[in-house]
Amino acid sequence: MERLEVLKTYKLYIGGQFPRTESGRYYTPAGADGKPLGNICQASRKDFRNAVVAARSALGGWAVRAAFNRSQILYRIGEMLEGRSAQFADELIKQGSTPAKAKKEVAEAVDRCIYYAGWCDKYQQVFSSVNPVASCHFNFSVYEPVGVVAAIAPEENPLLALLETILPVIAGGNTVVILGAEKSPLSSITLAEVLATSDLPGGVVNILTGIREELLPFMVNHKDVNAFVASDLSNDDWKTAKEEAVHNLKRIIRRKDVISGPESPYPILETQEVKTTWHPIESSIAGGSKY
Amino acid sequence: MSDQTEWNYSPAPESAKQAHISGRYEHFINGKWTAPKEGDYFSTTNPANGKKIAEVASGSQADVNAAVKAARAAYEGPWGKLSARDRGKYIYRIARLIQERAREFAIIETLDGGKPIRESRDVDIPLAANHFFYYAGWADKLEYAFPNRKIASLGVAGQVIPWNFPLLMAAWKIAPALATGNTVVLKPAETTPLTSLKLAELIAESGLPEGVVNIVTGAGETGAAIVNHADVNKVAFTGSTSVGKLIQKSVAGSNKKVTLELGGKAANIILDDAAIDQAVEGIVNGIYFNQGHVCCAGSRLFVQESVFDEVMWKLKRRMDTLIVGDPLDKNTDVGAINSKEQLRTIEKYIKTGREEGSEMYQTSCKLPASGNWCAPTVFTNVAQSSTIAQEEIFGPVLAVQTFRTVPEVIEKANNTPYGLSAGVWSDKGARLFQISSNLDAGVVWGNTYNQFDPTSPFGGYKESGFGREGGLHGLAAYLDM
Repeated sequence: MERLEVLKTYKLYIGGQFPRTESGRYYTPAGADGKPLGNICQASRKDFRNAVVAARSALGGWAVRAAFNRSQILYRIGEMLEGRSAQFADELIKQGSTPAKAKKEVAEAVDRCIYYAGWCDKYQQVFSSVNPVASCHFNFSVYEPVGVVAAIAPEENPLLALLETILPVIAGGNTVVILGAEKSPLSSITLAEVLATSDLPGGVVNILTGIREELLPFMVNHKDVNAFVASDLSNDDWKTAKEEAVHNLKRIIRRKDVISGPESPYPILETQEVKTTWHPIESSIAGGSKY
Repeated sequence: MSDQTEWNYSPAPESAKQAHISGRYEHFINGKWTAPKEGDYFSTTNPANGKKIAEVASGSQADVNAAVKAARAAYEGPWGKLSARDRGKYIYRIARLIQERAREFAIIETLDGGKPIRESRDVDIPLAANHFFYYAGWADKLEYAFPNRKIASLGVAGQVIPWNFPLLMAAWKIAPALATGNTVVLKPAETTPLTSLKLAELIAESGLPEGVVNIVTGAGETGAAIVNHADVNKVAFTGSTSVGKLIQKSVAGSNKKVTLELGGKAANIILDDAAIDQAVEGIVNGIYFNQGHVCCAGSRLFVQESVFDEVMWKLKRRMDTLIVGDPLDKNTDVGAINSKEQLRTIEKYIKTGREEGSEMYQTSCKLPASGNWCAPTVFTNVAQSSTIAQEEIFGPVLAVQTFRTVPEVIEKANNTPYGLSAGVWSDKGARLFQISSNLDAGVVWGNTYNQFDPTSPFGGYKESGFGREGGLHGLAAYLDM
C-alpha cells in the first residue's frame, strides 16, 4: 500500500518564529508542472513591520557579537544547508530548474556560506585604515553595520541569489528582512528552516513571502529601516525606491552581478558605515607619534 | 578680580590690500571667463559691514548647459586621454599655486564670508591646498585603493557647495573628482563665490586643459540646473538635509551617482573624569569655531551631572574672553554671521529656546554697530524635546543637557535623525571607546574636536547624508565600480 504523503504548511520566518501571515492571505505560484507549489503566505505591510521590529531588537546583540562568532554561525548555516542538499535541489526542480542546474546551485549556495563565513573576521582588517593625519592624533577608520536592512531577493536562482543577498549583510553585523523570490518561494521558506537550526539568533534574518509590487513601497519608506538592498528591480521600481528612501535617507543599494559575479568581500562593505575616530597623542621631547 | 591687571588686545588687522578682487566676475566655462547668457549679475557683500565687494554672474540654464558641454568635451577629449601621472601633476600644481597665494585667499575668504582671519589663514586655506596635494598623489595609484576591483571614472561631476567653508569645500569636491579622472561643474554658494572664482583664476594659470573645471555662480536654481542636467553623471552636494533630500528625490529616476554631506546636531559628551579645562576648550572650539556655521559643530553638550557646575562655570568664564568682531583682526575669535538671512534664523532659534523655558547665557562682548553679529550663546535647562536640542541652528548657540550614566548618554546622543559627528571627553580609554563605538556618527573626536585632515574620511550616518570625503574612502564617490 502506498504511503500517504504529509503535506507541508508554508509560513513566514519572523523573529525566529514561524508565524502565518497576520493577513490570512495566500497566493499560489505555479511550479514547473503547472500545478500550484502550495498555499504560500502573502505577507502584508503589517508582517513587514513586525519583521522590522524583530530585526531592530536583534540588531544590538548581533552587531556587537564577536566577528569570530558570526563567522562560526555563518559556517554553521553552510553545514545545515549541506545536510539538506537533496531537499533544496528537489525544490529548485519543482520551481523550474533542471536536476543538473539544481545540484550545482545548491553546491554553490553551500560554498557561498563558507566563503562569507570566512570574511566575517577579515574584512575589517583588510579595509579599515589608520590615517596618517598631519597633526599629532591617532586617527583610524573602521566599518560598522548600517543597521536594519530590508531586501528583495532576485527572482532568478532563488536559493543562491537569496543567500548572496543575505550573507554579506549579516556577515557585517546587520539584521535583515528579506522578501523571497515571488515565483519560487520554496527555497526561501526552506532556508528559514535551515537558519532556525544554525545558532543564528532569532530576528537576525527574517524571511517573508509575498508579492513584490505590494511590499516594495513599504520596504523603502519605513523609517526604521537603514538600508534597502535589491538587484533585479525595474527602472520604475528603482525610482520609487530612491524617492521614498528620502524620508530617512536610507541607503539604496543596487547589487550588481548577484548571480554571475565573482565572489568578493565588496558586497559586505555596501551595508557598512565608515566611522573615523580621532584621539590626541601627546608630543614632547620624547617624541610624538610615528604614524 | 580687581587686583588683576586688565588685559586688552590692540587691534591687529590684516591688510585687505593684499587681496586682488575685480569689480565683476563672469562664469569660468571652458577655461574662459564667460558672461552670463541672460546678462544677470548679483552682488556679494562683506557680512561684517554690509558693503558690496563684487558683482557675480547669475547662472541660467543656458550657462549650465555650456558648462556641462565643456566638461563633457574635456572628459571625452584631452582630460580623458591624459595619463594618470600627468593628471596628478596638474593637481599638484593647483595645490602649489594655492600655497603660494594662501595669504590672498585667506583675506578674500574672510572678506566674503565673515570668518576670522585666524581661521581662514590657519585652517581653511592650508587644508584646501593640502587636500589637492593629497589627492594629486592618488591619480596614478587608484588600482591599489580598491584591489581586485574594476574601476572607471564616471564622467561629468556636478558639485554644489555651501558657504561655511567656501574654498575648502571646493577643494573637497574638485580634488578627488580630478584624481579619479572626472571633469567638474561646480557652483559655489551665493553668498561666498569669490574664493572659488579666484581658484578658477589659478586653475587657468595651472594650464589645466580647458573645460576640466568649470565654475558657474548663482543661487539655488543654478544648483538645481546642474544637479538635474541630463549629461551630469555624478552629483555631489554639501548643504542642508532638506535640500539634500530634494536633490535625492529629483535625481531618483536617473543613474547619477550621488553623495550628500548634510546637516548635523552633534553630541559633545563630557564625562566626570575628563580633563575639564581641556574639555572646556573643546566645547568652545566645537560650537564657536566659524560662528557655529559648521555641519559637525558640537551643538548639543552633554555634561555628567557631578561636574555640571564646574563645567558651566568654567565654560562661561572662557566664553567671556572670546573676542567677537572684525573678522580681519588677527585677535578675533568669532567673526560675522554669514548673511542677514542666517542671522534671522539664529535669532529665531534663540527666541524659541527662551520661549520653551530654557535658560540663556550670552557673553556681554561689544558687538560692532553694522554687519551681522551674534554673541556666543549657551542654553541650560534644555530637554531632549526642546527645539534647540533637535534642530540644526548653524550658529554660535549651544544647548546643554546633563546625564548620570553612560548608557543614558549614549541613548540621548543617538536620539536624533542626524549622525555626522560627536565628541567624547574622558581620561579613561576604556570608557571613551565604549562610548565612541556606540555613537551613530561618521566622525568621533575623543578628547579633541573639529579636527580635519585630507587623509581622514568625513561624512555622516543616518540623515546626515551618505558617502565619505577625504582619504582613500573619498575616492569611491567618484568611481564606477
